[in-house]
Amino acid sequence: MEQKKLSIIAFSGDFDKLTAVFTLGTGAAAVGYEVNIFFTFWGLDAIKQKQGRSLTGGNWLTKIFGFMMGGLKVTPTSRFNFFGAGPKIFRYLMRKNNVATLEELVEAAKALGINLYACEMAMHVLGLKKEDFIPEVKEVLGVASFLNLSEGGQTLFI
Amino acid sequence: MATKVLDITKEHCPMTFVKTKIELSKLQPGDILEVLLAEGEPLDNVPRNANEQGYNVLSVEHVEGTTHKITIKR
Repeated sequence: MEQKKLSIIAFSGDFDKLTAVFTLGTGAAAVGYEVNIFFTFWGLDAIKQKQGRSLTGGNWLTKIFGFMMGGLKVTPTSRFNFFGAGPKIFRYLMRKNNVATLEELVEAAKALGINLYACEMAMHVLGLKKEDFIPEVKEVLGVASFLNLSEGGQTLFI
Repeated sequence: MATKVLDITKEHCPMTFVKTKIELSKLQPGDILEVLLAEGEPLDNVPRNANEQGYNVLSVEHVEGTTHKITIKR
């Protein structure tokens, strides 16, 4: 039997949407799917080596963008962000209710060997290099390669 | 031949089967994993997924209340 496959385009850098990306990804990997996650634009925040705010980027403009976007620890919620208090409240509620937090899901994704990819074009725009990402990022890809590796499976855009 | 116990009674989707999968992948041939889990989604899915991935589900026992124990062998 051919292995089932789920490919997710992680476009959003929102805490709640990234939680959906990693919940679906880890769940699918745990039941035997091959899972590919393609991070692009705001989604790249999730795989940055520096999880807080840092001046990551090429020139002064992309460095400011890099600082404003930040990494996994400072992702905002798409609603109820309350200037950054929202994600803290959600993390508290998730911990209290024994639901995996975003950080735990990312660690599980690494442990399950999910394939993480970064979008070449968005990296170019934002002045990001492969070294700015966590070492688990397998490759830097473009549309053609993503279509190729997602072929024959299910694809989601989040 | 080692036996390991994993308690996922307090976990929720997807960590119930994520933790099970991670522990299963650490087993050597012949090793046993005992998983304590709750009724509902985990009890419905964890044994089925283990089976589908080629592991041998030896037993599903009721422990107490809503807790069940499944024994899986690699």
